[in-house]
Amino acid sequence: MAGNEPSARPRSPHLQVYKWTPAMAVSILHRASGDGLAIVGACMFLWWLGALAAGPDAYAAFLACVWHDPSPEVGIVHQITNIVGKVVLVGLTWAFFQHLFSGLRHFVLDTGAGYELKTNKLWSIAVITAGVLATAATWLYIMAGAL
Amino acid sequence: MGNGTHLGKVRGLGSSGHGSHHWLQQRLTALANILLVGFLFVSLVRLPLGDHAAVLRWASNPTVALALILMVVSVFWHLRLGLTVLIEDYVHGEATRLLSLVLLNFYAIGGAAYGIFAIVRIVLAPAAGLAPGGM
Repeated sequence: MAGNEPSARPRSPHLQVYKWTPAMAVSILHRASGDGLAIVGACMFLWWLGALAAGPDAYAAFLACVWHDPSPEVGIVHQITNIVGKVVLVGLTWAFFQHLFSGLRHFVLDTGAGYELKTNKLWSIAVITAGVLATAATWLYIMAGAL
Repeated sequence: MGNGTHLGKVRGLGSSGHGSHHWLQQRLTALANILLVGFLFVSLVRLPLGDHAAVLRWASNPTVALALILMVVSVFWHLRLGLTVLIEDYVHGEATRLLSLVLLNFYAIGGAAYGIFAIVRIVLAPAAGLAPGGM
């Protein structure tokens, strides 16, 4: 590999030499949340939709795995997947809001607006904050309904 | 899109030869996703998700089913564009990259087909005189 040979030429500075800024964070979070939704989110949706189409038994099996197993003696596998399922669902909720708000920011940037340093920083922080707050609000609403 | 001058051609198409095609599709599917995934999100939060019959009634409503099919198309189109860029950025080596892109296309088209077929099953099972899941 020609690129791996040591060279006397100066190397291009990479991520770690820069001071971490909100705009950098919101940029990589856009990619991370998008990829999470694209792989985990889409597969969870298809699993749910397929179980819904396959009938009450398949749907009950889906719920018992992802959310809550109603049987009196819950096996170790479902004890684990019930916890993992909830963590994944909260994570997907956050990824949805993060990607949505960050995507809206991109629509604004596409018009050529919002590149001034202070404005860019402000909206980057706003996007990250709004993503966390909307996730918390959603799950508070769900938990309030469940109680 | 450039009337023949070299500069005009570059401005219109760029080095890839297909200019703003990918960019525009990503934005258009993003716009559709805001509406359609927003609809799914609100529905999921409001539905009694533990009740199979109730969720099935919701999904078999023609308007809902149509929105779900449109959502599956828009989402899988959008995720294919996004994951393509991810692969182009991070997967090096021509063979691995080609294989990754092929697998991504299988995933995107296969996933969308699976989703649309599931919705069709939900909507048409009663018309075919079948219990849910009997198709």
